[in-house]
Amino acid sequence: MDERLWGILTDSFPKMLEYGVKVTIPLTLLSFALAFVVALGVALIQYARVKVLRQICRFYIWITRGTPLLVQLYIVFYGLPKVGIMFDAFPAAVIVLGLNEAAYMAETIRGTLEGVSKGQLEAGLCVGMTWPKIMWHVVLPQAMRTAFPALSNSMIAMLKETSMAATITVMELFRQAQVINGRVYEPLALYLEAALIYLIFCTILTFLQHRGEKRLGSYGGTKA
Amino acid sequence: MMLEIRNVKKNFDGHTVLDGIDLDVQKGDVTAILGPSGSGKTTFLRCLNFLERADSGTMVFDGERFDMHNAKKAEIARVRKKTAFVFQNYNLFLNKTALQNVTLGLTSGLGMKKEEAEERALKALEKVGMADRLKHYPNQLSGGQQQRVAIARALAMQPEIIYFDEPTSALDPELIGEVLSVMRELAEEGMTMLVVTHEMDFARNVSSQVLFMDGGKVIESGPSKEFFAAPKQERSREFIRAIREARE
Repeated sequence: MDERLWGILTDSFPKMLEYGVKVTIPLTLLSFALAFVVALGVALIQYARVKVLRQICRFYIWITRGTPLLVQLYIVFYGLPKVGIMFDAFPAAVIVLGLNEAAYMAETIRGTLEGVSKGQLEAGLCVGMTWPKIMWHVVLPQAMRTAFPALSNSMIAMLKETSMAATITVMELFRQAQVINGRVYEPLALYLEAALIYLIFCTILTFLQHRGEKRLGSYGGTKA
Repeated sequence: MMLEIRNVKKNFDGHTVLDGIDLDVQKGDVTAILGPSGSGKTTFLRCLNFLERADSGTMVFDGERFDMHNAKKAEIARVRKKTAFVFQNYNLFLNKTALQNVTLGLTSGLGMKKEEAEERALKALEKVGMADRLKHYPNQLSGGQQQRVAIARALAMQPEIIYFDEPTSALDPELIGEVLSVMRELAEEGMTMLVVTHEMDFARNVSSQVLFMDGGKVIESGPSKEFFAAPKQERSREFIRAIREARE
C-alpha cells in the first residue's frame, strides 16, 4: 500500500467513526425507539381486534411494506415540501426509518402476542385481573421475550439502513465517506473502510443481543 | 342454596353443545360432572365463569341473579371474585414463579398489598405441599406440581366455590394421585367444588352429588351414593359399566 493511500485511510477513519458515533448511532436509536412504540401500538390494536383502527393498521402495514425505503425517504424529504410539510433531513430520516421498520416489527410482535397461549389470558381473568393488567404482567412480557431476537434483528437491519439517509443529505457515516471520496477519489478503499465501521457497530449490537438474551433468561426452561 | 343454575343453552356453529342444563349447589357440596367426551361438561363449566358466553340461562349466586347471556362487565367481575378456576392444562403464568403465580391475582386482581399477598400465598402453597418450590418457574415443575400450584392460586383467592376442569386429565398416571389427594383434603374441609372429571374413584368416594351429562343434556343427577349404587337411567348404567371395563 502506498503512503498516500495509507494517509487517506488514517485521516478518514476517525472522521467516519466520528459521524458514525455522532449521527449513525443516534439515528438508529431514535428511529428504533419510534419504531418500537408504533409497532407495539399497531400490534396491540390488531391483537385486541379494535374496530376501524385495526383496518387502518393493516392499511399502514400494506403501504409501508409494499414500497421501498428509498422511495419513502424521497417522498417525505423532497416530496412533502410541495404541500407545505417540511422536515429537516435528520428528523425526516428518523420518521421514515422508524415508521418503515415499525411495520415489520408490528408483525413480529403481533405474531408473538398471538403465540402466547389463550389460557394465560383466561387464567388472569379467573383471578380477577383486567385485560390491561393481564397484558402488562403476563402476556406482553412473554411475547417480548419471544420477540427479542427478531427485534434485535430489526435493529441491526436499521443500523445499516441509516446509510440511505445519505441520499437525503443527512451527514452520517456513509455520507462522510462519499464526501471524502469526492475529494480524493479512492472509492474502493474508502467504501471498504465505511463497511468495516458498520461491521464493527453491528458486531457490538450482536454482542449486546446475546447479553440481553442471557439476562432475560427463559423463565427456567428452554421454552419461553 | 348457594348456586342455582337454570336452563343453560349454548350452540357452536349450529351444533347444540348445551341443551338446557340445570344444577343446584349447596355450600360444601362437591359436585362431580361426569359424561363422555363431547357431552358439553367443560363448556358448561366455562359458561359458569363467563369464559364462554351461554346463549341463554340464569344463575342465582348467593341470592343475586345473573343473566348468563347478557351479564355486564361488573356482574362478571362479581361472579369471578367469588369463584376460582382450575384448568386442565394448569395455565400457570409462565413468566412468573410459583409464588408470583399465587400473589399476582391477589395484588393485581384484588388490590392486596404485596406482604399480605405473600403471606396468604405462602399458606396456600404450604397447603398443597409446594412451599419448597416458591422460586421455581412452571417450566421447572412437573405437571402434578404445576397443578398443585394452580390449586394454591385458586385457594388464595378465598373463593366460595372452585371450578375444576378435568384437573388430572393432562397428567401422567403417576402424578394424578398427588393432585387428587389435595382435592380430597379440600373437600373434607368443606370447600365447595364443582369438578368435571373422568376419575370415577374420586367421583364415587369424594363427591357428594353427581351431574351426568350426555349430548348437552343432563341425563341423571343426584347424590353420588345413589348414582353409583343404583343409576336410574340406562345411559348412566352404560357409562359406569364402560368406564369400569376400560380400567380392567
